[in-house]
Amino acid sequence: MKTNANNPAPSAGQGSIIASGDVAIIGGGVVGCAVARRLTLEGASIVLLEKAPDILDGASKGNSAILHTGFDAPPGSLEWECVQAGHKEYLEIHESLGLPLLKTGAMVVAWTREEEQRLAGVLEKGLLNKVPDLRLLTRQQILELEPNLDHSVRAAIHIPREFVIDPWSAPLAYLLQAVENGGQAVFNAEVTGGEFDGSHWLLKTGRGLVRATYVINCAGLYGDFVDKDVLGASDFTIKPRKGQFVVFDKAAGRLINSVILPVPSKRTKGIVLFPTIFGNMMVGPTAEEQDGRDDASTDKKTLTMLADKGRKMLPALAEMPVTATYAGIRPATERPEYRIRQDGDRNWITLGGIRSTGLTAALGIARHVHTLLADQGADFIPLANPVVPQVPNLAEHLPRDYHTPGYGEIVCHCEMVTQREIQAALEGKLPAGSLAGLKRRTRVTMGRCQGFYCSARLAELTAGKFQEPLARKISHE
Amino acid sequence: MNDIRKRKQCDVAIIGAGPAGIGAALALKKAGVNDIIILDRETTGGGVPRHCGHRPFGLREYTKIMTGPQYAQRNVEEVHRAGIPLSLRTSVTSLGPDGTLDYVCPQGRGKLSAKRVLLATGTRETPRSARFISGDRALGIYTTGALQSMVYLKQMVPFYRPLVIGTEIVSFSALWTCKKAGIQPVAMIDERSRPAVAWPVFYASHYFGVPLLTGCSNITIYGKARIEGVRVVDQHGQQCDFSCDGVLVTGCFTPESILARLGGLTIEKNSGRPLTDRYGRCSNPIYFAAGNLVHQPVKVAGKCWQNGKTAAKRIAKDLDSAGG
Ligand SMILES: Cc1cc2nc3c(=O)[nH]c(=O)nc-3n(C[C@H](O)[C@H](O)[C@H](O)COP(=O)(O)OP(=O)(O)OC[C@H]3O[C@@H](n4cnc5c(N)ncnc54)[C@H](O)[C@@H]3O)c2cc1C
Ligand SMILES: Cc1cc2nc3c(=O)[nH]c(=O)nc-3n(C[C@H](O)[C@H](O)[C@H](O)COP(=O)(O)OP(=O)(O)OC[C@H]3O[C@@H](n4cnc5c(N)ncnc54)[C@H](O)[C@@H]3O)c2cc1C
Repeated sequence: MKTNANNPAPSAGQGSIIASGDVAIIGGGVVGCAVARRLTLEGASIVLLEKAPDILDGASKGNSAILHTGFDAPPGSLEWECVQAGHKEYLEIHESLGLPLLKTGAMVVAWTREEEQRLAGVLEKGLLNKVPDLRLLTRQQILELEPNLDHSVRAAIHIPREFVIDPWSAPLAYLLQAVENGGQAVFNAEVTGGEFDGSHWLLKTGRGLVRATYVINCAGLYGDFVDKDVLGASDFTIKPRKGQFVVFDKAAGRLINSVILPVPSKRTKGIVLFPTIFGNMMVGPTAEEQDGRDDASTDKKTLTMLADKGRKMLPALAEMPVTATYAGIRPATERPEYRIRQDGDRNWITLGGIRSTGLTAALGIARHVHTLLADQGADFIPLANPVVPQVPNLAEHLPRDYHTPGYGEIVCHCEMVTQREIQAALEGKLPAGSLAGLKRRTRVTMGRCQGFYCSARLAELTAGKFQEPLARKISHE
Repeated sequence: MNDIRKRKQCDVAIIGAGPAGIGAALALKKAGVNDIIILDRETTGGGVPRHCGHRPFGLREYTKIMTGPQYAQRNVEEVHRAGIPLSLRTSVTSLGPDGTLDYVCPQGRGKLSAKRVLLATGTRETPRSARFISGDRALGIYTTGALQSMVYLKQMVPFYRPLVIGTEIVSFSALWTCKKAGIQPVAMIDERSRPAVAWPVFYASHYFGVPLLTGCSNITIYGKARIEGVRVVDQHGQQCDFSCDGVLVTGCFTPESILARLGGLTIEKNSGRPLTDRYGRCSNPIYFAAGNLVHQPVKVAGKCWQNGKTAAKRIAKDLDSAGG
């Protein structure tokens, strides 16, 4: 097991205090990472506790990576507010943190007469939601913008400011900024209980005790469990909702420019066709209720359905190979809204049920949390000159590491990942704690061959780094 | 090593230092075409045989039976002996319509203009994802190529008791690699009702002590951090549950044709290989393709070498008639 400044040795023992701060943040999903950043910038000392060996082990590991405008959010809701605030802040900070932005725009496309009739409602809701730049497109206008779409399109609403981002580098940058400014992140630290003595919390974790004045529960898919384990009760229940995706090869990435959304039905945003920041084309997600909170399995029938659906909207996909498939799980609850609750008596805030807009809203939610704490009397002094770290770029449309000489060798040929990039991701203040974490930081093995060419070299380069190694030396007994 | 960045032009650029690329280079040299260069993205030349630690290789080319790594090394030696420049760690990133290649190597990016280009980028196995195999995405799912590279190039093993999916020739190569590395597969399964290879596979699986199940359906991989097992429905409709620590996804070859695809060469619909005439010429006559990039079904190394030679002869003729 690796240890570093942020990862005190497990031998510290379960009974001793391993870290303390103003605020303990439970969970290193995108919400926890954004909260860590905001509160650090506002002057709080934070300790982020993540049960996995790396960040993004729950809902945040698989999403559509769309930066939403909130045009279709429940009007006037907290979700809508946080989405808009998150969208705005991302645009303000992305360049300074080295985070990419693909200005795709989106279209809500009507394929049937019935859907066409519902477009007026979409437009109306968008205006109500203060997204003023929506406009109706005729069939001809759609095909001018997206000539490869199936010609059976009828009409669409154009949403120019729905964008595509890097879903993994963003939260990494948020947490990195917190850590670079004095925050702490502890991994393999599952919170299993805790006690509040009237002014401070003592949280029990897999690594030892953590002391903090305030606690923010950002445990995503396990948010209700954490409330129950520590507070004794939860006022919501997570109803996991899986979304499967099919990723097409980069050769397909050029086929469309915008995010193609379906006309929404009551229950889901529906199946979307969209370019990724890495240059691929994706179809998904599904919306499948299930019991398992960890069950991100994919199944052949659904994947086939998704691929067929994609090819129907974009006929040229028929000739395009599939690169990858995966699933993400939304931390939905019994109600279609965020479940944000403050227990002022016990210095506790729960950020529950951040379902399908959390990647965008996280920055807004984090601001909301700061307001809640300030209302409660928390009095931090904002950092005057915070460090602004940059994360490495993985977006296809911007310069990648291999563009700069001296990278050693290209390890992953499909995604052009260099030895230098891999080594950097295994070092530093937030090193990759697992192969999955390394993939999200570099894209290694995420391309069309899925490790056919580079797994062996990668096993060698990562030997001794992860709890679950890729491979072991052959023993010659 | 020769610095490719000093070269701006050449008569023939060969992409890929596998058997096909090397076979072609040697034949071109013999035909008197001297201004050639081979580019390969790996740190050593030789292509796929580098990690095929078994026999037989080289019979056709060197009338000698060798292992894959010996054969790969011999090929590279022949290239050096013939004085043909081989630029390793050089990834070609795009093909221009006029024969200009963009590449990147650790010293930087560059362009190379060639009168003719031979694509010899080979073939690989289709991974689990593109096959839509159901289940979890736990650690421990590898193709034969990945396993062979671990075992023969790095002396490492990713699992000890995997389940093998596929019954192609390469699947039996995979069993051989497992045996060499002390890996004991729990079973070999296939959705096909009969094994994909014609020879008596039942003996083979018997030899390796690996039970063979064909006609399987509903293959589902499960496991949290690592693979824990695979569930299948066998040909009699019975559910079988194999406890295993890995999955070896074998065969189902797909050409490594991304350069050709992005370069605007015509791609055959179902196979995904660049469309060629019988001499290996692509839809853009500056480009040729040879070896397993164009073979469907895939062929052995010797045939790819031979096929490289055929393309080379045509390229030499082309250059000759162009007065080059
Ligand atoms: C299919 C799909 C598509 C989506 N598309 C988009 C999109 O396009 N745009 C958008 O803005 N949003 C999108 N989302 C939504 C977004 O991904 C989620 O809202 C967001 O990831 C929720 O993050 P979270 O931090 O609340 O939860 P999580 O990511 O689940 O984070 C919780 C973390 O807490 C840890 N944890 C749990 N229990 C404990 C414990 N006891 N102790 C310590 N740590 C613990 C977990 O390991 C995990 O890392 C999508 C989601 C899905 C599933
Ligand atoms: C797992 C596996 C096992 C096999 N086992 C056997 C066996 O036992 N016996 C047998 O005879 N055949 C076997 N084969 C078949 C194999 O394809 C042939 O033996 C032979 O290697 C094909 O030769 P080739 O030159 O066409 O391609 P390859 O040997 O695949 O060589 C292609 C070369 O092109 C390079 N390349 C690709 N793209 C680029 C780029 N963009 N820029 C620069 N360089 C690039 C690669 O690095 C590689 O070196 C196996 C194949 C596989 C995949």
